[in-house]
Amino acid sequence: MKAIVNVYLKEGVLDPQGKAVHHALGALGFTDVENVRVGKQIVLDLKADSMRAAEEEVEKMCETLLANTVIEDYSIEIVQ
Amino acid sequence: MKIVVPRFPGTNCEFDTKYAFERLGHEVDILWHEEEVIPSNTDLVVIPGGFSYGDYLRSGAIARFSPVMKAIKSYADNGGYVLGICNGFQILLESHLLPGAMKRNENLHFVSKHQYLKVEDCNNTFLRRCKEGEILNIPIAHAEGNYYIEEDGLKELYDNGQIILTYCDENGNPDNPNGSVDGIAGICNREKNVFGLMPHPERAIEKILGSDDGVRMLEGFLP
Repeated sequence: MKAIVNVYLKEGVLDPQGKAVHHALGALGFTDVENVRVGKQIVLDLKADSMRAAEEEVEKMCETLLANTVIEDYSIEIVQ
Repeated sequence: MKIVVPRFPGTNCEFDTKYAFERLGHEVDILWHEEEVIPSNTDLVVIPGGFSYGDYLRSGAIARFSPVMKAIKSYADNGGYVLGICNGFQILLESHLLPGAMKRNENLHFVSKHQYLKVEDCNNTFLRRCKEGEILNIPIAHAEGNYYIEEDGLKELYDNGQIILTYCDENGNPDNPNGSVDGIAGICNREKNVFGLMPHPERAIEKILGSDDGVRMLEGFLP
């Protein structure tokens, strides 16, 4: 089983990397971009009995280490 | 005074920190991150700058879970004095010993230069030898010093006198090198025994190196 965790800055927290990428895209002529957020993806290979158990475990990982919930949100996708 | 300086893989300011405090007449021991106990006669823990665990994931995120940090957390919870400089500050934020979090600098650059700081509050042990409104010249060197805290948390910091240093120019006007909320350079906890700042006072202890303003700061912990 695999878990795909996406971590990104919370809405409302200014994202300096996203802003820089947005600016660069604009300079390259991609003017239709309204906003850019840069996050990170963490892919975990898991031994787990069920998708539900895997998701619960990964959520604990996110809360303790993978995301800093003061400034970051995360999403978890479990795939077989 | 007896000072303990923890050292993580990737720490690189431990010897500067030791040198600075020894110059002020303190006894300094460097403690490896696997140590589980802070010596009982310790008067101050200084978490030094560097790139603990390569700054992987987030600055300070992995150091937070090292055995020595568990010991430092219980030392701080019992009222012990803890000072975090640069990466040390980031570790204290990740450990929730101080509120808020660090983001990449607004301009995305690693900023390394002398920076003026304004003493916002000296009603604490760390800055008690400084004066309110005093301007200090202290080096900064970081890529993630863009301090963030949400609005309610910021208000609490103001209400409790926890914002101790802000970035400014030589005349004391705001001059923010990294995008930090309200130009915050250093804070303390509500109990005023845990302090964190991005600038490096240990690098400003001799005039020949540009400034000795750091001495007044570090001397705050002298008896």
